Amino acid sequence: MKSYLKYLGKRVFYMFITLFLIASITFFLSQLLPGTPYSNEDKLSQEQIEIMNEQYGLDKPVPVQYAIYMGGLVKGDLGTSFQFDNTPVSKLLSTRIGPSLQLGFQAVVLGTFIGIILGVIAAMKQNTWVDTMATFFAILGRSIPNFVFAVLLQLIFAAKLGWLPIALWDGGFKSSILPTLALAIGPLADSARFVRTEMVDVLSSDYIELARAKGLSRWVVAFKHGIRNALIPLLTILGPMAVALMTGSMVVENIYAIPGIGEQFVKSITTNDYPTIMGVTILYSAMLVLIILVVDILYSVVDPRIRISAKGGD
Amino acid sequence: MSTHDNQLSSNEHTKFSPDMFEQVTASSTEDNEKISAPSLSFLQDSWRRLKKNKAAVISLGILAVIIVLAFSAPLIAPHNPYTQTSGHISLPPKIPGININGLNGTTKAGGTEVFDKYAQMGVDEDTYYLLGTDSLGRDLLSRILYGTRVSLIIAFAAALFDLTIGVTYGLISGWLGGRIDNIMQRILEILSGVPNLVVVILTLLVLKPGITSIIIALAITGWIPMARIVRAQTLKLRNQEYILAAQTLGESSIKIAVKHLISNLSGVIIIQTMFSIPSAIFFEAFLSFIGIGIPAPFASLGTLINDGYKTFQFIPHLMWYPAGVLCVLMISFNLLADGLRDAFDPKMKD
Repeated sequence: MKSYLKYLGKRVFYMFITLFLIASITFFLSQLLPGTPYSNEDKLSQEQIEIMNEQYGLDKPVPVQYAIYMGGLVKGDLGTSFQFDNTPVSKLLSTRIGPSLQLGFQAVVLGTFIGIILGVIAAMKQNTWVDTMATFFAILGRSIPNFVFAVLLQLIFAAKLGWLPIALWDGGFKSSILPTLALAIGPLADSARFVRTEMVDVLSSDYIELARAKGLSRWVVAFKHGIRNALIPLLTILGPMAVALMTGSMVVENIYAIPGIGEQFVKSITTNDYPTIMGVTILYSAMLVLIILVVDILYSVVDPRIRISAKGGD
Repeated sequence: MSTHDNQLSSNEHTKFSPDMFEQVTASSTEDNEKISAPSLSFLQDSWRRLKKNKAAVISLGILAVIIVLAFSAPLIAPHNPYTQTSGHISLPPKIPGININGLNGTTKAGGTEVFDKYAQMGVDEDTYYLLGTDSLGRDLLSRILYGTRVSLIIAFAAALFDLTIGVTYGLISGWLGGRIDNIMQRILEILSGVPNLVVVILTLLVLKPGITSIIIALAITGWIPMARIVRAQTLKLRNQEYILAAQTLGESSIKIAVKHLISNLSGVIIIQTMFSIPSAIFFEAFLSFIGIGIPAPFASLGTLINDGYKTFQFIPHLMWYPAGVLCVLMISFNLLADGLRDAFDPKMKD
């Protein structure tokens, strides 16, 4: 237990180092970015620019700016947006994180749920046409870019059939169906493939043989005994899944006009709003690093064998 | 043999003469043990197993066709992909010899009324746009051909960078071990904590937009998985007897790495590279779709999809054709990569 706490402390320490480095790199990269924050610079007089620079703290030398930025970061202050009425970035993002989190959560739950079912069925019917179909769907889901899929859904269910709104976000369930589906396709394909492989492995192990020998039916064995062990490694793909969702949210939120972080990020990129770009970068990185840490902790809680083997090597 | 048996049964007191026996020579046992099939090299063996995987073989064929078409774009493209013809805006597909509505230059107006848009716009009788034109009067087919070429170039170049950087980093880290390995692994750990998309976007913002910048941006993050895999495999291989033998014989470390390690790692390296190609294609399309990819007037599959998306309610084919090519490319690369993984995986060896 003591060594475990030590391991945990080390992980948290590395997490902070990572975040610190990411924040520093983003800060210095943003210094390299071309262009100025003022969209109408040629109309401004030199004095006006100086006043504005002073207001935003851009007149100070870079190291001082860096210190101010990092100091603010500790307090959760991400600076002030150059666009969008000078709103503080943290405020701008906090109003937008809700829809993004809701969609991401719905997509992960829906995607992994269907993926697990598909994966288990494929493993149970290994090397039959059912398996081939499930694998084919998984490949389709992995190959078709989510923005193409999102547009396809929009065309069929909103424009042609008129069942669901095309791009109207009211926070309700109905308006979240299509974007959730578009985002869920990635997690679905990934988890289906993963669960199939794990399940095939698990189903050939001794304790499954024993359960079968006791007279339990194949499906009871699979769902009662097999699935528990097959699902544990699924935790490891939660990190990559989160990254894929962040990527996906940028296009999906744009296509469905959802006021989320992804849509804000793309808007900030096109309007040279550097403080917001940096803010989203740091937010995304922090979320990812945190997810990976939580997954690792969960993993060692669910499967104690990991802790023992973690001691031996890296 | 049967004559011998008869003789024995009819006359029990036959004397045995030497000519009744066949001498079993050493060479005949050798024949029994001889491996008659030609011995297969690693690649031949893998190719034999890959051929059994129908999906992978079909994908390989499709990819070969697409790659050849895309790279011969300057020769076979029917029109210049960048020329904007103001009189030929948003024309529907027109294919010579085919008279099906929608493919012969006709289009629907107001729901049901079908009319010949080429005639209406006053386009020459013998001008054909096989997939129609976009909103600036550029031939879609030519743009798709050129666009696919750009997407493929980016993907191949990014994969090549992943390969060189990732393999070098992984080999050094795994082969040297100890302190250096420890430091290199910590660096990797920190780097992989950053979502690669964010790095790619930041790099693209700093660099001037263009093909080279996208390749650099993709290469900056893309090599990490390769480095991880190569390091893990190197750690496994470095204690093998043949490495020890090579060391004992006085082979230099670099030579061992190049000659023994890389050749034994080739399977995982090829598989990983094959998986990084579709992911690079996806990223390029994604970046172009959100508007920070290839600058106009150049086309990639992503920019074509983005252009098509703007008008897809009215002229859906402008989006579906490039999107279709992108999906076919992605599916084929993924199926081929899966097939290769199965072919190279020694556990599957039968």
